Amino acid sequence: MKVGVIVFPGSNCDHDAWYAVNRNLHAAPGECSAEYIWHDSSTLNGVDAVVLPGGFSYGDYLRCGAIARFSPVMSSVREFAAAGGLVLGICNGFQILVEAGLLPGALLRNEHLKFICKQVALRTETVDSPFTATMRKGEIIHVPVAHGDGRYFADEATLDELEREDRVAFRYLENPNGSVRDIAGILNRERNVLGMMPHPERACDPLMGSVEGLGVFQSILSSVSALSLNAK
Amino acid sequence: MTITPELITQHQLSVAEYDKIVSLLGREPSYTELGVFSVMWSEHCSYKSSRIHLKKLPVTGKYVVQGPGENAGIIGIGGGWVVAFKIESHNHPSYIEPFQGAATGVGGILRDIFTMGARPIAVLDSLRFGPPVNSPHAARNQRIVEGVVSGISHYGNCFGVPTVGGECVFEECYSANPLVNVFALGICKENEVFYARASGLGNPVIYVGAKTGRDGIHGASMASAEFTEESKQKRPNVQVGDPFLEKLLLEACIEAMKTGAIVAIQDMGAAGLTSSTCEMGSRGGVGIDIDLDLVPQREPGMTAYEMLLSESQERMLIVAEKGREEEVFRVFRKWGLDAVTIGVVTEDGNMRVRHLGEIKVEIPNPALADEAPKYDRPHNVKPFRKAPMQPPFALPVSADFNADLLRLVSSPDLCSKRWIWEQFDYTVRTNTIVGPGSDAAVVRVKETDQSIAMSLDGNGRYCYLDPREGAKLAVAECCRNLATTGAIPVAATNNLNFGNPERPEIMAQLVEAIEGIAEACTFFDAPITGGNVSLYNETLGEGIYPTPVLGIVGLMQTAVPAPVQFRSERAVVVLLGGIGESDEIRFGSSQYAKVILNELWGLPPLLDMAKEKRVHDCIREAIAAGVVESAHDLSDGGLAVTLSECCTSEIGAVVALGPSDNAAMTLFHEAPSRILVTTFDAVKLFEIAARHNVECPMIGVTIKGWLQIGDGDSMWIDTPVNDLKQSFENALPGLVSQVVHA
Repeated sequence: MKVGVIVFPGSNCDHDAWYAVNRNLHAAPGECSAEYIWHDSSTLNGVDAVVLPGGFSYGDYLRCGAIARFSPVMSSVREFAAAGGLVLGICNGFQILVEAGLLPGALLRNEHLKFICKQVALRTETVDSPFTATMRKGEIIHVPVAHGDGRYFADEATLDELEREDRVAFRYLENPNGSVRDIAGILNRERNVLGMMPHPERACDPLMGSVEGLGVFQSILSSVSALSLNAK
Repeated sequence: MTITPELITQHQLSVAEYDKIVSLLGREPSYTELGVFSVMWSEHCSYKSSRIHLKKLPVTGKYVVQGPGENAGIIGIGGGWVVAFKIESHNHPSYIEPFQGAATGVGGILRDIFTMGARPIAVLDSLRFGPPVNSPHAARNQRIVEGVVSGISHYGNCFGVPTVGGECVFEECYSANPLVNVFALGICKENEVFYARASGLGNPVIYVGAKTGRDGIHGASMASAEFTEESKQKRPNVQVGDPFLEKLLLEACIEAMKTGAIVAIQDMGAAGLTSSTCEMGSRGGVGIDIDLDLVPQREPGMTAYEMLLSESQERMLIVAEKGREEEVFRVFRKWGLDAVTIGVVTEDGNMRVRHLGEIKVEIPNPALADEAPKYDRPHNVKPFRKAPMQPPFALPVSADFNADLLRLVSSPDLCSKRWIWEQFDYTVRTNTIVGPGSDAAVVRVKETDQSIAMSLDGNGRYCYLDPREGAKLAVAECCRNLATTGAIPVAATNNLNFGNPERPEIMAQLVEAIEGIAEACTFFDAPITGGNVSLYNETLGEGIYPTPVLGIVGLMQTAVPAPVQFRSERAVVVLLGGIGESDEIRFGSSQYAKVILNELWGLPPLLDMAKEKRVHDCIREAIAAGVVESAHDLSDGGLAVTLSECCTSEIGAVVALGPSDNAAMTLFHEAPSRILVTTFDAVKLFEIAARHNVECPMIGVTIKGWLQIGDGDSMWIDTPVNDLKQSFENALPGLVSQVVHA
């Protein structure tokens, strides 16, 4: 599996995602690797999955993710997603996916108006997705959040639809930012795009105090392997 | 423009200093040159009051690659890697405009690190504010806390460097002089360090980064004067930061350095274009000729004076190899940043500045960078202190130690600082093994098997009572924090925050503190590789407590250290270093005296450095032997407060201390050289302690749900751990969030 980590000017969790895939996933040799893709690239170099990492793309000027959605690489990401490719947006990556219209809703300023960095507990709400397939439904994972604009918001109809279609991937046990219905991560209708505010890539190494974020990357790996087996 | 005596005074230069300028130049300076001299010879840039004393500090050691004099100090950590680190203050700007003042403080120190080729991987900050309650300035103090914390959060988080620790203390003397000291550390390959020494005649001088504007003009001079009522008028002197631009600048600089086309590089910090030009020239023994018409400008019509003194942020000056400019330009274009050749390296040793076809400045670089006046300011008096030596009243016998302890753990200095550090991203870059809220922060270096432990400490109360002993205690505490995580101290940086050095009794504080640091850093093998001096921390004649802040860096094998908090029930509680000694005089510097008795008197705790070092060696060996379940060093608040901090929401301890004729002192005195340890192998721990000649009394055992402390017969403290946690955790949000924001 080849994972492409998109680097926008101002991305600052690109290295963390790269490291989690390359060093923490402990896949068989040659089974998976991550590479960086610069934001003005017109191709995705044949990767099997794309990570939009956290950070402050374009300084988060105007609105978080609002400028990044116009980045040249985003048209490739859109096509990739439309063709069924796996796209994971973490934190600022989630904000970009929402701004780009690949996921519904919006991410507002945290309810308490402050940046918040802490370890949170998430409940895995669905395992019917390539990002959670190897996890257990209801599994509680501990991963950090670190954001100022992480309050998920959507209108009631959209929220009902997300729930009806089993597209809420993760919920906070203790809501750190005022997100509606405690939502921490959502899927698109086709289930191949996941956006989440918490950082699974920061919980992949025993030295960091939790390896419970690894499930997301293991799920991606096994889903990609299954896909390529089917293709063969 | 004619140089009048008024003009000289406005530039904070004395008549003697002006005469020295005339003799160095062999003529009268121009108005622009006067401005250039005034910033380079300001206290902030020239260290004119402190330089002769700073020479007393130890600066060499087996880990030291680069000592003071560069943008940051550098130490080797093995495996072909080095770390660059330094601490800097941004005190004056943070009072005038807390958010931008603190933000640009972070930005400035980060540039100092990456200008050396090192990628920043950790920030810590040492903060001092006026009290958020019970102060005539409470509302303003809260706004300053709010602004400073948001400013650090804004800049550090966006830049992508974790803020992994620090300290925060509240005293009335900081109401009009808050201290914002920021420490940063970065890593770099040994053979990829860059220095700020211009060389190579004819090499191009390239300006990169943000455009120059009118912000921050005379910031360095502002930081070199006392505050008055008019100081708030200086708000335009505070720079405005853009962390996004700084992040781009970091990536572009590191990428450009890899081209091999860069000879020297320096950030434009205090005194901006002026200092970067003359300092790079002076260090390299060459001249630099620049043309201001080529400088990227934010607005038209700026004078040479304004451009040279601007402290616009996120700018760097690079000397590149002639003919390889394009390689540098290409990288900066990729990152969308300005990069323009504005000058050339010359052989005459002068800083020459052209503007609109005229030579506006022509000064020998050494005159600016090295020939600044050096003062041996009078200091042969007792250091300033107004506190009595004896307690001002017979010490009362407390009726309720439970209530005292709850008051202490919820007091501004001792309560949890979670409200602050949760606003900082402390996990980005996935290196943080121990983050905020512990004794020392620990970050791993992914490329090696080493981790870096870091601790900041300073105690203004101790230093006010005895600057020399207070400074030594700060060094000892940093080293103890490092030892408690298993690390060995290897080098240090310091930030000397003092009042007006022209007052002999303040100068005496500074000299005493420097000598104390020198003695302790020599003793603990932690040479000083750089730092910062911030003087004139006075407003309307009221000075701060002398506040030297130490930042000490330690090395350890990468591993998860024993936690501060208790881990399980039925572990043996041991007080490494023993119960310690105090008396009525030394008790006057304690948090108990401050919070419960509302007084300050006497002396700081007594430090025996040899004993202190034995305790450090002992705890490191115990950790390595695997017998330590948890470890937390004793400091402010003494034993009872430390025990409270070790309690979790479930596990407490029952502790018997033996008979005492002064329970308050036994519980709350602040004698150093003590570490609270829990273990399941007390026999082994006693054996290690005995070998190090360290007292190691067993004082209790961990239990579920309660903290109980007594003399063996009666209980002094008996409280559910949940009450302690609630008081500890809930205090700060309640203290700082009372301001209604318009």
